[in-house]
Amino acid sequence: MTRPHEDTLLYLDNVTVSFDGFRALNALSLVMERGEMRAVIGPNGAGKTTMMDVITGKTRPDEGAVIFGRDTDLTRLDEPAIAALGIGRKFQKPTVFEPLTVWDNFLLALAGDRRPQFTLWARETEAESDRIEAFLATTRLGDLRHRRAGDLSHGQKQWLEIGMLLAQDPQLLLVDEPVAGMTDAETAQTAELLREINRSHSVVVVEHDMDFVRALGVKVTVLHEGSVLSEGSIDHVGADPKVIEVYLGR
Amino acid sequence: MNRFAVFFCVVAVVGGAVTLAALNLNTALGSPWHVPPYVVSLVGKYLCYAILALAVDLVWGFGGILSLGHAAFFALGGYAMGMYLMRQIAGRGVYGNPVLPDFMVFLNWKELPWYWHGFDNPIFAGLMVVAVPGLLALVFGWLAFRSRVSGVYLSIITQALTYALLLAFFRNDMGFGGNNGLTDFKDILSYPLQADATRAGLLVVTASVLAFSLMLAYAIVASRFGKVLIAVRDAESRTRFLGYRPENYKLFVWVVSAIMAGIGGALYVPQVGIINPSEFSPANSIEAVIWVAVGGRGTLVGAVLGAVLVSGGKTWLTGALPEIWLFALGALFILVTLFLPAGIIGAFRRAPAPLPAPEPAE
Repeated sequence: MTRPHEDTLLYLDNVTVSFDGFRALNALSLVMERGEMRAVIGPNGAGKTTMMDVITGKTRPDEGAVIFGRDTDLTRLDEPAIAALGIGRKFQKPTVFEPLTVWDNFLLALAGDRRPQFTLWARETEAESDRIEAFLATTRLGDLRHRRAGDLSHGQKQWLEIGMLLAQDPQLLLVDEPVAGMTDAETAQTAELLREINRSHSVVVVEHDMDFVRALGVKVTVLHEGSVLSEGSIDHVGADPKVIEVYLGR
Repeated sequence: MNRFAVFFCVVAVVGGAVTLAALNLNTALGSPWHVPPYVVSLVGKYLCYAILALAVDLVWGFGGILSLGHAAFFALGGYAMGMYLMRQIAGRGVYGNPVLPDFMVFLNWKELPWYWHGFDNPIFAGLMVVAVPGLLALVFGWLAFRSRVSGVYLSIITQALTYALLLAFFRNDMGFGGNNGLTDFKDILSYPLQADATRAGLLVVTASVLAFSLMLAYAIVASRFGKVLIAVRDAESRTRFLGYRPENYKLFVWVVSAIMAGIGGALYVPQVGIINPSEFSPANSIEAVIWVAVGGRGTLVGAVLGAVLVSGGKTWLTGALPEIWLFALGALFILVTLFLPAGIIGAFRRAPAPLPAPEPAE
């Protein structure tokens, strides 16, 4: 498998996924550098979520390869194996473990041994508590540490989930519509948080909200009907006639 | 489900059983304090059911696996114990055959089937009580959880499993006594089963096993493993993306639960004096689920309480008005679902204090 660049973190090569004849992804190719933050936009059904599914092992492509890092083919691995390699995923709808406390949600997310034979005997270490304290501070959930995650507001759950993603300490974060249902102020805070995260992690953000994408100020990939329609800065893709046609109707 | 409730339940179960046993053995027949032997066996039976309920709660309440076939593991443990008790009869049966149980003589069998060998040894039999349900659960769970079978589909398969075993054990040529099952036991570990002291002893042993199972189950669900298990129950795919393998978590708790149920069944058989294929009937497994729902799913203590209360109610009602028991059970299930969705224990749990309004985002 040839890779375009030495610093490539993720390389989708000609990936095709069909569901009952519908091509959700159509020979999609995409290259991401290490340390990059990339926004992926596109109309409904463009294949954004399917692309996330393929990268995280939920869906196996019919054709093509997904290379992570030097030469790991993700299409051969399942979800836990891919998570262990350092790819974290945040879902569109916030999914936190509702009956567990905020603290325990972080505890389960912290990077570490995931096997039952370990967790059966595991005791919380001081290092773990310290790290959880740090994430509580980042996500401003310190006062709610002993509350059930199910009791949090929508925005707080989104933050908890992003915090849990950080606790996994992944190399690459996939974030699906992080600001859906957020207030303007929360949206701005989230953009700031993602930029902060991007200092030490590579991030892919799937988003509908154009203002949010503009606020991130990163390279944008526009998907349409399962392949890349346009790529570049937000102003570049915004001026692209193909993109305008897709977004403003034909 | 907290430490205090578990502790209280352990004390109540063991203390209650010891008191009943002492009142049975140490009081005169006419005394107002006398506990008749049938009560001792009846309570012993309820406590065996409570062990089964605990097993169901462990997988259903914490792992989200609704087993409608858990009585199969209970019955398999019971059959393993029954085989030991049959071998203990040795020559005292109706036909007086020194080795073959009566039903085999009746079927004109000349020698003991291979799988009956070893069951004259109580240690081997005890091993089988654990190994047979454990291995079945291991194989079943490995296949089911690895293929990500869950929810209603899994429930239906567990139901099919117990029904298949029911049909198999009905067959005479299976060598487990067919329709009649195994019965007419004489003694256990050389103690006569009809003696009051033996029955009292069995009650205390059952109570101790229940108490130990309760503490074990609590230790499992309170550990980090238990937290992952609850996470798997509520958001299985999310745990996968966090790097956990839910199938391994489910398999472990499934096997522990099956073994627990098997031990419950093994203690049940000497106290009721018979094991037959009807123990595999799907209705038994469903009843066990109702015990847990009534007591409070996911509370452990509730499972014990539900099993004892509902079984007690069954004993009373099937004596007083036998024809309405099934209607009463159905009505109970509906009423609990409607008015006590968290069960008896759940209804007593304090509602969480309301959250402070989320901080305005600056």
